[in-house]
Amino acid sequence: MNSFRIQTEVFRFLKWALIVFLLIVTIFPFYYMIVMSFVPIQDLLRNPLALVPDIGQLTLDTYVRVIAPEGDGGFGFGRFMLNSAIVATAATLLTMLLSVPASYAMTRLKFAGRKQVSAMFLAVYMFPAIIIAVPVFVGFQVIGLGTTLVGLTIAYIALTVPVSVHMLRSYMLGLPESIDEAAMIDGATRWQIMRKITVPLSLPTIMSTALYSFMIAWNEFLFALLFLSAKPDLWTVSLGLTRLADGQEVSRTILMAGSVLLTLPIVIMYGFAERWLTEGLTVGADKG
Amino acid sequence: MSLKAAYRGVGAKRPRPTVAQRRANRDGWSMALPITLIVLAVIIVPIIWTFILSFQEARYSDVARNGMFNPLTLSNYTDVLTSAGFWESLWVTVLYTAGTTIGSIVVGFAAALALRGAFRGRGAVRAILLLPYVAPVVAAAYVWKVMLNPQYGVINELGTTYLGWEQSIDFLGRPPFALLTVIVFEIWRYFPFAFIFFAAALTGLSRDIEEAALIDGATPWQKFWHVITPQAMPVIALLTLLRLVMTFNKFDDIFLLTGGAAGTQVAAVRVYDQLVGSSDIGGASANAVLLALVLGAGLTLYLRLTRQKES
Repeated sequence: MNSFRIQTEVFRFLKWALIVFLLIVTIFPFYYMIVMSFVPIQDLLRNPLALVPDIGQLTLDTYVRVIAPEGDGGFGFGRFMLNSAIVATAATLLTMLLSVPASYAMTRLKFAGRKQVSAMFLAVYMFPAIIIAVPVFVGFQVIGLGTTLVGLTIAYIALTVPVSVHMLRSYMLGLPESIDEAAMIDGATRWQIMRKITVPLSLPTIMSTALYSFMIAWNEFLFALLFLSAKPDLWTVSLGLTRLADGQEVSRTILMAGSVLLTLPIVIMYGFAERWLTEGLTVGADKG
Repeated sequence: MSLKAAYRGVGAKRPRPTVAQRRANRDGWSMALPITLIVLAVIIVPIIWTFILSFQEARYSDVARNGMFNPLTLSNYTDVLTSAGFWESLWVTVLYTAGTTIGSIVVGFAAALALRGAFRGRGAVRAILLLPYVAPVVAAAYVWKVMLNPQYGVINELGTTYLGWEQSIDFLGRPPFALLTVIVFEIWRYFPFAFIFFAAALTGLSRDIEEAALIDGATPWQKFWHVITPQAMPVIALLTLLRLVMTFNKFDDIFLLTGGAAGTQVAAVRVYDQLVGSSDIGGASANAVLLALVLGAGLTLYLRLTRQKES
C-alpha cells in the first residue's frame, strides 16, 4: 500500500470520526437538558448516569412549577417568556423598519455623509456591549428608561443594527441597479422604488436578518441584567433563569426545565429557517 | 486634493450641489437618519461618555446629579494601572481570546472539510452542528454547569466510573481547570460560526486545481496543505479578526459559568464587578477605555502583520 492509499484511508477514517464526535458533542448537552428537565430530582441525585430515563418516572411537575406565577408557588416563567417575546418582537420589527431604508440608502444613494455613516456602523462592531454598558445604564437611569422594557428594546435595536445593515446591504449590492433606474425614468420616487421593488426582491434576506435580530434580542443577557435586575415582573427569560440558578434551594431539574423553555423557541425558529440564516450570515463575507 | 482644500480655505463659495445631488441627500438622509440617531445615542455617545467618565471620580449619585460635569482627575487611570488585578485580568483575557479564537477556527475548518463531500444526511448534520451557536448562552452555560458539577454531574460520574479518575474534578472551581473549561465552552459555542464561513468558502472553490493536483500525484495531506488551506486564507484572516474582537470583550459566558472566580476573571467581568460590585463608575470606565486601547493596538498589529504577509 503506498502512502497515497494510506493517507486516503486515514483521512476517510478521521473524517467520520470527527463527524461522529462533533455530533455527540453538540447534541448531548441538549439531550441532557431535556432529560434532566423531566426526571424527579431524587433520581438525578441517586444515579447521575441514568441517561435513558425510565418512562414511568417522567414528570411534568418541573414545568408546571417553572411556568406558574410566583404567587402560586411557581417561578413565573410564563411572565418572563411573555416579556422576552414582547421585547424581542418589538426590537426586531423596529430594527427592520429602520434598517431596510437605511441599507437601501447606503447601497444606492450617494448622499453627503454616507461614508461617515457606514464607517460609524462598522466602528460599532469594535465596541462591544460591556464598554457601552456603563454609560447606557447610567444614562437610561437618569432619563427614566433604566428599568423599563422600552429602554431595553431601544438598546437591543442599537445592538442589532450593525449586523442587520451589513446583511441587508451585502444582499442589495447584488441586485441590478438598472431596475431602479428604469423605475426612476417612469417617475417613481426612491421611497416607492424601495418599497415596491427592493423590498420584494430582498425578502429572503429580510426574513433571515429579522430572525437573526430576534435571536440576538431573545438570547441577550448583559443589558437585561443591568436594566431589569431590580424589577422581577419585567425580567426576560435569560435573566429569570440566572436568578433561578442563584437560588440555593432551587433544584437543578427545575433549572433545566427553565433552560428548555429558553432554548425551545429559538430552536424551533431556527429549524424553520436554517438555510436562510446561514446564507444571510455569510453573504458578502468573501468580499471582506 | 490640496487645491480643493486651498480653494475652500480661502472661503470661496463651494460649488452648488446639483439637483440630483440634493435629491440624493434628501432621500438618503430621510431613509438613514432614524437609525443613525439611535446608533449615535445608544452607542457613539456612550463611548464618548465612557471616555469622559474615565477621567472623573464618579459614583452613581454624582452622575445622576451632575451628568457629565464632574471634576476631572487622572486617579482612575493610576488606580487601574497600578492594581495587580488589572494586569492579571488582562493576561487571562489574552489567554482566553487566543485559545478560543484558534480553537474555534481549527475545529470549524476541520468540520467544514469533513462535511465537504456530499453524503446522505449531510444537511441534517450541518443543521445540528449549528445548535450551540444559536442556543441562548444562559441555557447553554447552565447545562454545562450541571454536567460538570462535582457531586452529581454526568461528566465526573463518567470519569470516575469508567476512566479511572481518582476523584471528581471541580471543572469550574479550581484554577487550571476553570480557565481551560471556559475556553472549551467558548470553542464549543463558536466553532459553528467558523464552520458556516468555511463551508461557504469551500463550496466556492473551484475543483479544477484540486483535480490537477490529484493528477500530479498529490497526497490528501498535500492537497489539504498546499491547495485548500492557501485558498482558505482570506476566510481564516477574516474569522481571526472577528473572533478576536468578539472574544476579547466577552462577558456573558464567563460571568455565567464561573462569575470570574478561580482564575477566570477576564477584563469584561472585571469591568462589571467594578461597576456593579463596588459601583465605581470612574474606575470601570477607565478600565473599559484601556481595554479598547489594548484591543485597538492588537488589531493594528494584526492588520499590519497580515498586510505585510500579503505583499
